[in-house]
Amino acid sequence: MKTTFLDHVRSQLALHELREGSGRPLLVLHGLGERSPSTAPSVTESWAGPVFGLDFTGHGDSTLPAGGGYTCEALMSDADAAIAELGPVTLLGYGLGAYVGLLLFGSRPRDIRGLVIADGPGLDGGGARPTSPMLLYVPQDETRHNTPDPWALLELASDTRPPDYAAEHVRQVAALSDMDKAIAVVSMGRPEWLEAAMESDVVFESTIAAAISMFGAG
Amino acid sequence: MNNEIEVIRASLPRAQRPDRTRRVDVGGIEISVVEWGDEKNQPLLLAHGGFDFAGTFDILGPLLASAGFRAVAWDQRGHGDSDLAALYTWEADIRDAALVLASLDATDPVPVLGHSKGGGMVDQLAEVLPHRIGAVINLDGIPNERGFAQKIDRTDVAALDTELAAWLDHRRRAGGTNRRADTLQGLAERRRIMNPRLSVEWLQYLVTVGARKDTDGWRWKIDPALRFGPSGAWKPHWAIPRLRGLHVPFLGIIGTIEEEMGWGTTPHEALPILPEGAEFHALANTGHFVHIERPEDIAEIVVDFLGRAL
Repeated sequence: MKTTFLDHVRSQLALHELREGSGRPLLVLHGLGERSPSTAPSVTESWAGPVFGLDFTGHGDSTLPAGGGYTCEALMSDADAAIAELGPVTLLGYGLGAYVGLLLFGSRPRDIRGLVIADGPGLDGGGARPTSPMLLYVPQDETRHNTPDPWALLELASDTRPPDYAAEHVRQVAALSDMDKAIAVVSMGRPEWLEAAMESDVVFESTIAAAISMFGAG
Repeated sequence: MNNEIEVIRASLPRAQRPDRTRRVDVGGIEISVVEWGDEKNQPLLLAHGGFDFAGTFDILGPLLASAGFRAVAWDQRGHGDSDLAALYTWEADIRDAALVLASLDATDPVPVLGHSKGGGMVDQLAEVLPHRIGAVINLDGIPNERGFAQKIDRTDVAALDTELAAWLDHRRRAGGTNRRADTLQGLAERRRIMNPRLSVEWLQYLVTVGARKDTDGWRWKIDPALRFGPSGAWKPHWAIPRLRGLHVPFLGIIGTIEEEMGWGTTPHEALPILPEGAEFHALANTGHFVHIERPEDIAEIVVDFLGRAL
């Protein structure tokens, strides 16, 4: 595994090359509290291009920032930093990484060639509507050591993910990407944001192997 | 302090730098806290608006101190003299505010005042810490169902595409960018766009506090990585029942001139959603920055309100 560190805002992001290849890269986005796999997942066997994995801020080998403040949009910009490095990619997102991937696809519809939404930690977030607000708390001693950052675990498990917000991003994909079938849902989990996304014709159900094979051929 | 700053500050004697400054650690980030008035006085916490700084209270703070309060303001993370952060969220700002509040070591509930974003923050503080908040004073931060005045039409695919891409483009550059340098007078003129009714002395004074002098000129201290957007995940109407549900004495003040940085909430919109028993003032010929434009009037209203509320 070869790792490159990307300077992004005030963080260094670890971008791991999990497998060499020729052609468009496949970028793996991990779930909440996880890190990039150290080798290419077996389900990517049919992918001809290189396979990369990104550690989000506060995860894996990326920077552990002080004071929390995590949002899925900030993590979306982490993944966008990887696109700036790699060029157009296909995304394989697990859990939190799937939601982040959806936001990124809607924001960079011309730079992403397909997204696979797979189960993993952090798929749901805090639900479709805000709950009663609360002050999250992490003892300071627990925040200064290793990733994953406890603030990330708390904040990204309680963020609000409105269905219409997800649907807006899918609408951007439908309008601005030239792909007829752009987002493959392979997850068993179906939070409200994903149910809303699935109302679009560009979103389809599949298996992970079939989706990767299809996006790899396109 | 150089002569240029001394001359400008001397031209506005009613503005006073704080009596005390200190820093509060909010988990590896240091927050700059400033205070006016005797430490034994009744504390009153002041929250500035987004992209602003605690020094915007340099007239209101001393007025409140002279009325017997210990007025305490802080620079939110990434603003003013506080540390820059890697990450910014509303929830982290609320946590930071709660830690500043805790640093007062107050035994009784503390009244809190906030402008714009700070108004929303003090509303939420009263919701998450109702036992610690004695009263809420919201200065032109009362929500409405339409949302922020600058928001785009999110059904417009091209407009949303531009907003989302621009935010990501900004993030790609943010690590290596700086705010544009200018002369002190130039920054004051740029601030005038947001505050068209302020005197040149007050505008230039604000630059001496909210900006720093680098070798190539003056630039605002605020973190260049901060930028509005991407909007959308938060729905403005969610804040309304929360506001209505507050059970502490509440004072709302709005300016009636709609401006770029404001919410544009009208009295007609505000009155039905305020907490029961709230006091409300709509100031004529006043814009979004009510406490900067009319600090003496705001101080008078606030002192009168707190005299009855506490």
